[in-house]
Amino acid sequence: MITFTQQQSKIPKLMRPVYIITAGVSKFDRAFPDKRTEEICIDAFTMASDMLDMEPAELKGYIHTCYYGHFADHFGDQLLGEAVIHDRLGLDPLGNIGVKTGGATGGSTLWEAVKAVASGYSDCTLAMGWERMDEVPTDEGNFLISCAADKDWESPLGHIYTGYYAVMAQKYWQVFGKEEDSFRRTMAEISVKHHNYARFNPYAQGPMKITVDDVLKSPVVAYPLRALDACLMSVGAACAIICDEETAIKLTQKSKNKPLRIWVAAGSHTLRPADRRDMEIPLLPNETAEQYKDFGKRFPGGERYPGFTGFLAARMSAWYGYRMTGITNPMEDLDVVELHDAFTISDIQTYEDIGLRPYGYGRDYVESGDCYHINPKTGKPGRLPSNLSGGLIGCMHAVGATGIMQVFEIACHLWNRWAEMHGDEKYWKRCKRTKPDDWTNLQVKDAKRAMAISHAGVGSHVTATILMDADSLLKKDA
Amino acid sequence: MSMFGQVYVKNNQYKLKGDFHELTPNIPIRNADEGGRLMGVTNPRDMTYIHAYGGEAIFFESLAKGKLVASRCDNTKCKYKGSVWMPFRIYCPDCLHTMAVFDMTDLAKKTARIHTFMVCERSGAFNILDKPIKFINIEFDGVVTILMSYLLVGEPKIGMRVVPIFKKVDPTYTILDLSWVPEGTKEGQLPIGFSF
Repeated sequence: MITFTQQQSKIPKLMRPVYIITAGVSKFDRAFPDKRTEEICIDAFTMASDMLDMEPAELKGYIHTCYYGHFADHFGDQLLGEAVIHDRLGLDPLGNIGVKTGGATGGSTLWEAVKAVASGYSDCTLAMGWERMDEVPTDEGNFLISCAADKDWESPLGHIYTGYYAVMAQKYWQVFGKEEDSFRRTMAEISVKHHNYARFNPYAQGPMKITVDDVLKSPVVAYPLRALDACLMSVGAACAIICDEETAIKLTQKSKNKPLRIWVAAGSHTLRPADRRDMEIPLLPNETAEQYKDFGKRFPGGERYPGFTGFLAARMSAWYGYRMTGITNPMEDLDVVELHDAFTISDIQTYEDIGLRPYGYGRDYVESGDCYHINPKTGKPGRLPSNLSGGLIGCMHAVGATGIMQVFEIACHLWNRWAEMHGDEKYWKRCKRTKPDDWTNLQVKDAKRAMAISHAGVGSHVTATILMDADSLLKKDA
Repeated sequence: MSMFGQVYVKNNQYKLKGDFHELTPNIPIRNADEGGRLMGVTNPRDMTYIHAYGGEAIFFESLAKGKLVASRCDNTKCKYKGSVWMPFRIYCPDCLHTMAVFDMTDLAKKTARIHTFMVCERSGAFNILDKPIKFINIEFDGVVTILMSYLLVGEPKIGMRVVPIFKKVDPTYTILDLSWVPEGTKEGQLPIGFSF
C-alpha cells in the first residue's frame, strides 16, 4: 500500500497564465531516406510560423528558451542531438535543454516549456520534439526500444518491449474483458476507427480503410494483440510555441489563431510493473469510493490496484490536471481528446485512468459511440471524440514528437482550423499523399476545451496537457 | 587469434583483455531509382558494455547456486517495515535504508503462482531465448511485488502454480538463469542446464 502526503497532494498552480499560440507538424512516415532530422524539424517549425502568418525569422526573434523532446539517442547514434537541431534552427546562443521520458517525451517537453513561462523565466518558449527510428534494422530497433525496460530484470527476456507491455494487456483482457469475443471486437473497432480517421490526415503514416475482421485476422504479435492492434513506428517532428499573455496577444494579431490557455500535469510509476504495490484508487472529481467498494466481486482478479491493469501515472496526471483546471467531469467539460493508443487495449485502459469511464467499464466509451466524431449509433456528434488524428495507431508514434503532435491536433479544433490544416490540397501535396475522394471534415464544432495524454512505456511517465479557450475557463484562478 | 573481451576487477579497477570490437567498413547507401545517387552510409559497430551489478550482485550470484534471494526492510522506523521485495532491491524505496537479504527459495516453491502472462512470437535483436517466449509475472504470499520471468515447460495460465528452476550448469549470471515450470514438473523434463 502506498499513500501520499498532504504536500505531495498539492494541486499544481501556474504563477501566471500560459498560452499556446501556434504549433506545427512534419509529415510522418516509417522512414525518411531522403531527409536529415533537421529538415523535418524545420518543416514543423515553418508550419507553426505559417499558422501565425509570420516569417520563421520573425517568430524566432521572440523565442527566449527552447525545450527539445528526443527520446532515443541510440537510434540516431547522436548524443546531444538537441544541440544539432538548436543550431540548425539558428537559435544559438539561447538556453536549451533536452527532455527524455520515453513515449511521454512530447508531453514532458511541453510541461517544461509551460513551467518556464509560468515562472517568468521566459515570455516565449519553443517546445520541439522529434524521433528518428529508421536508422537501424527493425529487429535492432526492437532491441533498442527494449532498453527502456530494466536492463537487468526485464530486457534480457527477449529484448522485445511488446512482451513486457502485453502481460498487462493479458491481465486486463482476462479480468475486465472476461475474454469475451465482444470485447475483442471492441478492441478491433478502435483500430478501425483510428486507421480510418488517419485517412483524412495528410501527415498520417497509417491511413487504412479496414474492418473489424481485418484486425482480427492480422498476425498475432502477442495474443490477444495482433499487428493491427499496435501503434506505428515512425519518423517525424512536431513543435509548439508557448507564451505569456502579452506575447500571445502580440504574436496572434495577424493570425486566425486565438491564444489558448495551456496547463500540463504529470504523474509517474515504477519502470518495472513488477514493483507496483497495492494501493487505494486515487479518486477523480467524478468518482466516489463507494463505486469501487465491491470492485473485486464484480471483476474477480481485479482487486489489486493499480496491479497490471491500471496506469497509476495516467491517473495521477488527470488527478492533478483536473483539479488544476477545474474539470469536474471530463466527459462533460472536454470537447475533444487525443489519447496515447500504443495498443487498442491500452487505449481502453486509459479511458478508465482519466475518468472517461469508471475502472472496469472502459469498453463502453467505444461501444456507446461517444468516442467518435459522429456517433455511428445515433448519427449525432460523438459526446467526446478521441484521436481524430488517427492517434498512434493510425497517424504516428515518432516518440519525442507524439505528445506535441497530439496538442497540435486538439489545438486545431479549438482554433477552428482543423479543416484548413488537414483539408487544404497544399498540405497533401507537401506530404506527397493523395487526398481521398471521401475526405471528411472532422472539425469538432464549437470546441472550447481539450486534452492530450502522453504516456511512456508501461506507464512510467504520463502527462495530461489541457487546453482551453480563454473565454471558456472552468476555474477563474486556474 | 581473436578472443572474446573479458573483464576482471583488481584494486577496484576494471582490467580488460581480449577483443572488444571489430572494425567493419562503412558502406554507401545509394538510390536504386535515381541512378545510384548517394543517400547515406551505414555505420556498423560492435561494442561490449561493462556493467556493474553493485549491491544486486548477490541476487545474480545466488541464482547459479539454486537460490532465489529477495530483500526485506527491517528498519523499525519504516512505515512499511517487513515488506519483502522481489525483484531484489538494495534500498527500501520508502525509508531508503539498506534492506536485509532474504532467501525466499522455499517460499517461492510453496506459493508462486502466475499473476499474468504473455506468449510472444517475436523478439528483438540479440535475443537468446527460444520463441515463442512465455513471459510470466509471478506473485508470492507475503511479497509486495510481482516478479517478471519466463516459463520453460508447459503453457501459462493465470493462477497456475509454478516453481523456480535455476541454470546451475554454465550460468549466464543474468536474469535468464531463473526460470519457472508448472508445479509437479519432473527433473527429467527440465531443459539442459536447469535444475530445481
